[in-house]
Amino acid sequence: MPLDTSFAGRTLASEVSYEVGREKIREFADAIGDPHSAYRDPEAAKALGHRDVIAPPTFPVVFTFAAARPLLAEMGIVPSRIVHGDQRFRYTRPIHPGDVLTCMVSVENIRSLAGNDMVVLRTDVTADEGDHVVTTWSTLVVR
Amino acid sequence: MSQRLHVGSALPTRTYQVTRGDLVRYAGASGDLNPIHWSDRIASDVGLPGVIAHGMLTMAFAGQAITDWLGDPAAVEEYGVRFSRPVVVPDDDTGTEVTVDGVVKKDLDDGRLQVDLTVRSGGVKVLGQARAIVRTG
Repeated sequence: MPLDTSFAGRTLASEVSYEVGREKIREFADAIGDPHSAYRDPEAAKALGHRDVIAPPTFPVVFTFAAARPLLAEMGIVPSRIVHGDQRFRYTRPIHPGDVLTCMVSVENIRSLAGNDMVVLRTDVTADEGDHVVTTWSTLVVR
Repeated sequence: MSQRLHVGSALPTRTYQVTRGDLVRYAGASGDLNPIHWSDRIASDVGLPGVIAHGMLTMAFAGQAITDWLGDPAAVEEYGVRFSRPVVVPDDDTGTEVTVDGVVKKDLDDGRLQVDLTVRSGGVKVLGQARAIVRTG
């Protein structure tokens, strides 16, 4: 069933902010098999010029997908029919433990291609002070 | 290190092994519980050849090839990939391999470089337009 293209342009602010945990960063780094010390050891991160450990570049999936879930449900998209088409991150600064992050999710585009619907979601992630941390773009192919 | 980076510089080839167990761990850590990454039944129901790796896990492997090479992971300003082919992970002890190669494609003239990645599994390219903009200054 084709998606309702009237969802294009819809935005959704995350209802709860996401507080980044030190152990969540470690757990995520373990799960991607990345032993980099900047994800675990504050001293190693400081030696690179950071105030504390940092999160791996793809870490935002932990909270951006959850932020998009209500919007996808409203669009009638069943998770098992979603295949991830593409993904992009653009960083202003790295993510640190203790960051309280808020997501603004936008439906940037909806289109049909070869019988599949494609939805482009943009998520702007800001920290507690309102400063920009990262923007992510995800294309989801709905089979 | 930045002195040595110029257009044409190649990243060392990296190989990552991924098993069903790794997919379960990634599902838990990332919160992506989509059953196509752990159920053969549901994967085949939606027309996939079998359980496939999370695209974001493959993207993370390719990212690691860049961040290890740079030293500072936060030097990655922009990173994007297209998930062009699925990485099928068999239900056995060894799983499958993902291989990452990369090359500096462009010098953006402001201390930033564009790095293009080639990511393969089973000899087939699984990511398209895999590209990072990195700071070297």
